[in-house]
Amino acid sequence: MIPEALHISNGVLNGPVSIAYAVLAAVAIGVCVVNGRRDLEDRLVPMAGLVAAFIFAVQMLNFPVLPGVSGHLLGGALAAILVGPWVGALCVTIVITAQALFFADGGITALGPNITNMGLVSTAVAFGVTVVLLRVLPRTPAGLSISVFVAAVVSVVVASQSFVLQYALGGSTELTGGGLAGVAATMAGTHLLIGVGEGLISAATVATVARVRPDLVYALRGLKTGVAA
Amino acid sequence: MRKFILAGLLAALLLAGVVSSFASSSPDGLDSASTKGCTTDADGEITGGTCIAQGAKDHELADSPLADYGIRGIDNAYLSTGLSGIAGVLLVFAVSGGAFWLLRSRKRS
Repeated sequence: MIPEALHISNGVLNGPVSIAYAVLAAVAIGVCVVNGRRDLEDRLVPMAGLVAAFIFAVQMLNFPVLPGVSGHLLGGALAAILVGPWVGALCVTIVITAQALFFADGGITALGPNITNMGLVSTAVAFGVTVVLLRVLPRTPAGLSISVFVAAVVSVVVASQSFVLQYALGGSTELTGGGLAGVAATMAGTHLLIGVGEGLISAATVATVARVRPDLVYALRGLKTGVAA
Repeated sequence: MRKFILAGLLAALLLAGVVSSFASSSPDGLDSASTKGCTTDADGEITGGTCIAQGAKDHELADSPLADYGIRGIDNAYLSTGLSGIAGVLLVFAVSGGAFWLLRSRKRS
């Protein structure tokens, strides 16, 4: 009953583009492994495992955004803010790989493009937005929640446009007329709404962790905050 | 720390094991954009036009035991979805926990 989640199916992108994105994703994962190792101290190891398991769970929860259209969390913002951009990207990558290999969700030939959009683009964008907002907004629980919310919304919309770029480079069906521009606009619109859902879930989750164990929120490290209070 | 991780894992198991059965089954944002430009019948099969979904092929592992977030052989939809969700949470926790443990920085130990 659960539809194919926001994952690209086999055959949607052509071979060369799928392979190019697989190579790109593999290189980026290598960079994340090298940089993530430095972050992975004793506390972060179980936390990162939990973040990956939690994202898998929440990705099953499609929520309605328009009549007949649903969406679910991508998890990039949650992962990047809780365990950092490097380890966070690896968490989402593990989730997407497990979904493709065991749950027939997201084609195996589309693994590179799917990891790029949801694992790499969304975590990188979310972390960048969060770092900037945490500097300018008041360092209060409200400031943290707003930062997480905005980071999630932006990351989901950018990830959706990353798919549009992939389709422009190597979509298998040539769309007639202004087809691709129409798809870009539709994707941006629905993913703005999905991003609002993602933002609410991510902000609530991060706020809960920040209240219970502020030391476990990676994005708060090194910031003097009143968030713990 | 252990208490926090266990509580988080329990929350994930509840979401994937119970709440997942009440998720929306409408096509998601990507799926609905993928059929833009095509006409579809009541079953969602494409009947004409040009759209992204026309090129889509079946999944390589569409017959795997956990395909489409269900457990093959279990007819009860709640049980099938819930158990596949629980299996997925435990699998992802084990794989990622193991991978990150192997990658951990050993400077301090």
